[in-house]
Amino acid sequence: MVMTLSTTHTPATDLGFILHKHPDRVQQFELPFGTAHVFYPAASPEYCRVALLLEVDPVALVRGNPGGQGMLSQYVNDRPYVASSLLSVALGAVFSSAIAGVCNKRPELVEQRMPLTVELPVVAVRAKAGLGLVQRLFEPLGYSVEATPIELDPSQTASHHAYLSLKLSANLTVKQLLTHIYVLIPVLDNSKHYWIGQDEVSKLLRKGDGWLAQHPECELITMRYLCYQKSLANTALEQLLQATAPETVEQTEAVDDETATPEVRQPSLHTQRHTVIVQRLKAAGAQRILDLGCGEGKLLRELLKDAQFSTVVGMELSTRSLAILQQRAERLPAHQRQRLSLLHGSLLYRDQRLKGFDAAAIVEVLEHLELGHLASFEQTVFGFAHPKLVLVTTPNREYNQLFPSLPTDQLRHSDHRFEWTRAEFAAWAERVAASYNYRVTIEPLGPEDANHGAPSQLGVFEDAS
Amino acid sequence: MELGIPEFCLVVLIGASGAGKSTFAQRHFKPTEIISSDTCRAMLCDDETDQAVSADAFDLVYTIAAKRLALGRLTVIDATNVQAAARQPLMALARHYHVWPVAIVLQTPEKVCLERNVGRANRNFGDFVVKRQVDNLRRSLRTLRDEGFRVVYTITPEQVDAIEIVRQRAWSNRKTEHGPFDIIGDVHGCYPELERLLLELGYSINLTPGHNYGFTVTPPAGRRAVFVGDLVDRGPDSVGVLRLVMSMVETGAALCVPGNHDDKLARALAGRNVKQTHGLAETMQALVETDETFRQAVRRFIEAMVSHLIFDDGKLVVAHAGMKQELQGRMSKQVREFALYGETTGETDEFGLPVRYPWAKEYRGEGLVVYGHTPIPQPEWLNNTVDIDTGCAFGGALTALRYPEREFVQVPAFAQYAIPKRPLEYNATQLAAQQENDQVLNLSDFQGKLKLSTSLMSQITLREEQTAAALEVMSRFAIEPQWLMYLPPTMSPSETSQLDGFLEHPAEALDYYRRAGVNEVVCEAKHMGSRAIVIICRDSAVAQARFGVVGEQIGVCYTRTGRRFFNDPELETAFLQRVQQAISKLNWWESFDSGWFALDCELLPWSAKAQDLIRHQYAPVGAAATASISAAQTALQQTVTRLPESVELQALIAHTQLRQQAVQGYVDVYQHYCWPVQSLDDLRLAPFHLLACEQRPFYDRDHEWHMQTLATLAEAEPRLFIATEYRVVDLHDQAKVEQAIEWWQSLTAAGGEGMVVKPKQWVVQNARGLVQPAIKCRGPEYLRIIYGPEYDLPENLARLRKRGLSGKRSLALRELALGLEALDRFVNREPLRRVHECVFGVLALESEPVDPRL
Repeated sequence: MVMTLSTTHTPATDLGFILHKHPDRVQQFELPFGTAHVFYPAASPEYCRVALLLEVDPVALVRGNPGGQGMLSQYVNDRPYVASSLLSVALGAVFSSAIAGVCNKRPELVEQRMPLTVELPVVAVRAKAGLGLVQRLFEPLGYSVEATPIELDPSQTASHHAYLSLKLSANLTVKQLLTHIYVLIPVLDNSKHYWIGQDEVSKLLRKGDGWLAQHPECELITMRYLCYQKSLANTALEQLLQATAPETVEQTEAVDDETATPEVRQPSLHTQRHTVIVQRLKAAGAQRILDLGCGEGKLLRELLKDAQFSTVVGMELSTRSLAILQQRAERLPAHQRQRLSLLHGSLLYRDQRLKGFDAAAIVEVLEHLELGHLASFEQTVFGFAHPKLVLVTTPNREYNQLFPSLPTDQLRHSDHRFEWTRAEFAAWAERVAASYNYRVTIEPLGPEDANHGAPSQLGVFEDAS
Repeated sequence: MELGIPEFCLVVLIGASGAGKSTFAQRHFKPTEIISSDTCRAMLCDDETDQAVSADAFDLVYTIAAKRLALGRLTVIDATNVQAAARQPLMALARHYHVWPVAIVLQTPEKVCLERNVGRANRNFGDFVVKRQVDNLRRSLRTLRDEGFRVVYTITPEQVDAIEIVRQRAWSNRKTEHGPFDIIGDVHGCYPELERLLLELGYSINLTPGHNYGFTVTPPAGRRAVFVGDLVDRGPDSVGVLRLVMSMVETGAALCVPGNHDDKLARALAGRNVKQTHGLAETMQALVETDETFRQAVRRFIEAMVSHLIFDDGKLVVAHAGMKQELQGRMSKQVREFALYGETTGETDEFGLPVRYPWAKEYRGEGLVVYGHTPIPQPEWLNNTVDIDTGCAFGGALTALRYPEREFVQVPAFAQYAIPKRPLEYNATQLAAQQENDQVLNLSDFQGKLKLSTSLMSQITLREEQTAAALEVMSRFAIEPQWLMYLPPTMSPSETSQLDGFLEHPAEALDYYRRAGVNEVVCEAKHMGSRAIVIICRDSAVAQARFGVVGEQIGVCYTRTGRRFFNDPELETAFLQRVQQAISKLNWWESFDSGWFALDCELLPWSAKAQDLIRHQYAPVGAAATASISAAQTALQQTVTRLPESVELQALIAHTQLRQQAVQGYVDVYQHYCWPVQSLDDLRLAPFHLLACEQRPFYDRDHEWHMQTLATLAEAEPRLFIATEYRVVDLHDQAKVEQAIEWWQSLTAAGGEGMVVKPKQWVVQNARGLVQPAIKCRGPEYLRIIYGPEYDLPENLARLRKRGLSGKRSLALRELALGLEALDRFVNREPLRRVHECVFGVLALESEPVDPRL
């Protein structure tokens, strides 16, 4: 990966003084993840251009340095080739004096604004916003932005993975430009950057001094820059589960929440669903409750708040979610903890442990099952476990049209195997009720649209015997 | 003096303190068989006489006893046990675990007890204690039998030294008899059909009037008949059946277990008051016409029968109404009742008959249970049990099961002799009993730590976290378990090559097999696609009958992790039909006599399945790398015009050029494996294993046979199938070895992935165990898409050479054993649970963290 910085300041070769790098030398710097080279493709009084070539060691990225651990799991990776947080680290190491604003021989140059152009041949812009994001980040700081999309393999049409070749020009001090690049490249890249250390907050404040606070996208920049700290902590777990990482429910909710009008923000659909479920269970007088596919455990928490529910059992297939739940459960007050059991299990296998319950809640789980597996699910839950009351919720596909961000024919979540219309759900529910001796009623869940119904639907199955 | 006790029983020693119980126990039993209340006290509080912990100590006694009895271990209780109340919990244990309680009473006089206690520390609890114990014991002697002890021995101090305990084999235990057997279902007085059946089974029947009930039956060499009971009632000639079977039992040509009808007959003959229904009246009437000697012989014959019999090291169990695993080999009233009647749920069905508890659905035992009692239209296998009562008296058939052949021999009823209250077809469904049962599997069979035994590896252990991971993957992604009869093992690469520029090279693979003692290998060109298992049936009726799937499916195509290969159902159907047509064209259905085949294949192009991977990873990396390095090269070229003398710059330019070539190589190689798939015509299927068909698995055929057989598919349907190029290489012929290496070089130079080297035989064992079934040697260009575009730069290659293969190879062998075991079990029509645990095991092992590049 290479970055070039050029100026038409007179004399342009002042750039060498500011950067502490002589234009006639080719210099080399060892970094933890590879080697940085600095050289000048052009150096005349009219025009001077410096290049920082970063040769990222692709083997070390995966295997780590001796005694260390790799930060990537894949050798086939764009990280060695795109401008990322690795570039920020390299800038900090190679141009530390310039970034600190130190220039002993020509101190006046530090504050000297000059026409500067930085070129980044490959920037990974993963956000859907793409070019717009680049503009929102750089234009408020006085840059003019030139961006050229990079053609992917011609055989691979319609890829949403975009790279841009960027050319940013502004009349700024070199120090300003370098700190902007330092902060904004990782924000733009929006990928994990393990090589930035723990003192993230103070570093951001230092580098953002004088410009970040006034930046209209300050919140976005800070959020993106700092949220990776959290991911640092989750690295181990993520690597563990990367192959089949379950999507979190929150992603669905992000779509759902767009229905709430900004003025009167209603409780999220997720919360509404749980409120309805708890009310139902309460009204039915149910005491022993199953939460099948309990996920992050939000419904469990609500159930434990009410002493009517004397036994609350959460079952989850994802071992990762279950491990998190178990940790959280340890922190519950003893009298709540005693009422809660957590099980690892699957709805496709008959499970003796699920027998003898008053009620089962199966909230937004159905649509994660393969259609071919539904028969097993029905036998297991309705036939074998046969709780007196079963509450099943699932999205209403008809409502998808009302989500502006959701393309037609796309499901709400990448792990959804299907989403049903109201008629499809009703047909299924009635067949199941008839086969396993339940009475069923179906209700809309969430704010109802006159044409498309509610975002979610609830089937209430009551044992008819 | 010999005291006989059953080999498995609960021995309760009874005697006052100081009576000599512990000494007696230690002399006659293993230390681990004895549970002493004193020892349990000491375990809890370090003082074996501390009466304060007695209650807890006895809890411990009962807990240990319960565990031992559950495991079928003889257990001796060493406590005073002088009061009925103290013995009562032990009697409950014996009843619960269906073992005989045996009382051994040590009748040591009070004086002797007291003298002994004086000599022992901490036993000075007063003479009155011992006196009371002796009194209690004396009172107990009369009631022991009534309490339920089946054997009571009383021993005086004079006898004690001469005692010898003799352990007697349980009546049901005939494990040392290995057959072969002909097990015959409920005869119910159908003498003509029985005679015909015995003849068909090869028995010769000679009439010997006045001698041995009138018959002498000679079985075919080495064979023996076993009757599952219900010899009498309903049919035309119960007396004839009795005579024939009694004669066979008498001479050792047959064994017999009692049925409920036989039992009732014996009670009637003993003069008990029984209701003479269901044909008993007619049988009694027929017996009236015989003589009293015969009637009493019948009674004794039935009474002497043992409730159930266990043969062949426990692999075969015969009982009239079946036998649950936990009751096998045990003795109690309940065991006998279960053998005679089975269990009922307490409900009655619409015909007024008791509803039977479906014990066979939950059966998990190792022993095949052969039983009758419940008439059904055809014999039914279910979870290693089989009901062979095909209702002969009701106009069905008389069925025999040949064991160990597992073949049925049937004689249809000559007439309908009785009308069943409930039609034979009453419970019949579209699917077979086993399939009906297997529609949903039980979680408890797949959770926690599992130990699987396979024919290639005696024990494969799956850790709890591995089975948890498998459950997750199986539930979220895999196809219906009914289809999932096989998952392929992982394949190890060759040992790392030290040749310049190579990470892998065939020399190491060929050398591995030579060192393993293999003489011939088959080298197969490796296709770069996606692994696909294809199961294809002649029609949907076969799919339904053999796989228990419903609907119009004719087969399935799934990935190496059990995921459905095609997301588009129409494309899948068209694909399967094309496979089906090719097989029809080759007449395989007839020539292999099979309605289905399972094929192990590579499905091309790679981009068909890996589209997402290419779009999100391979193509972007290629684009980014190309743009990035060409920008660097431009900047360097501009600089060199300014600084032509710089040595550092020259070196950097040279290095960047190498990188640029590597990146170009990477782009070329991944694109080589991609072509757009618009329709079925763009797909190619390269099968390399014919896994199995109805008649057999094919892993005993060598790879040359597989290659040749599968090549015919490409001739039959060239639009879909491609024949894989291969070479058979004699490892002792250096010229052949070199030719193989050259072939690999030409394959990889043309953009091929490389080759797979297999021993000619699929399964090879040497002194150190199983040999790797296959080793892959991937080409240097191909490896760019595994190890990254620039992997072969010298500084990178040197580090990448450090890789360990032992984990991968160990996994490959365990997965091979599981995969082939799954095929065996499926072909042998074992319950789905048994097939599923093997493929489940492969997925569980695949959760092991192994370098994914290998």
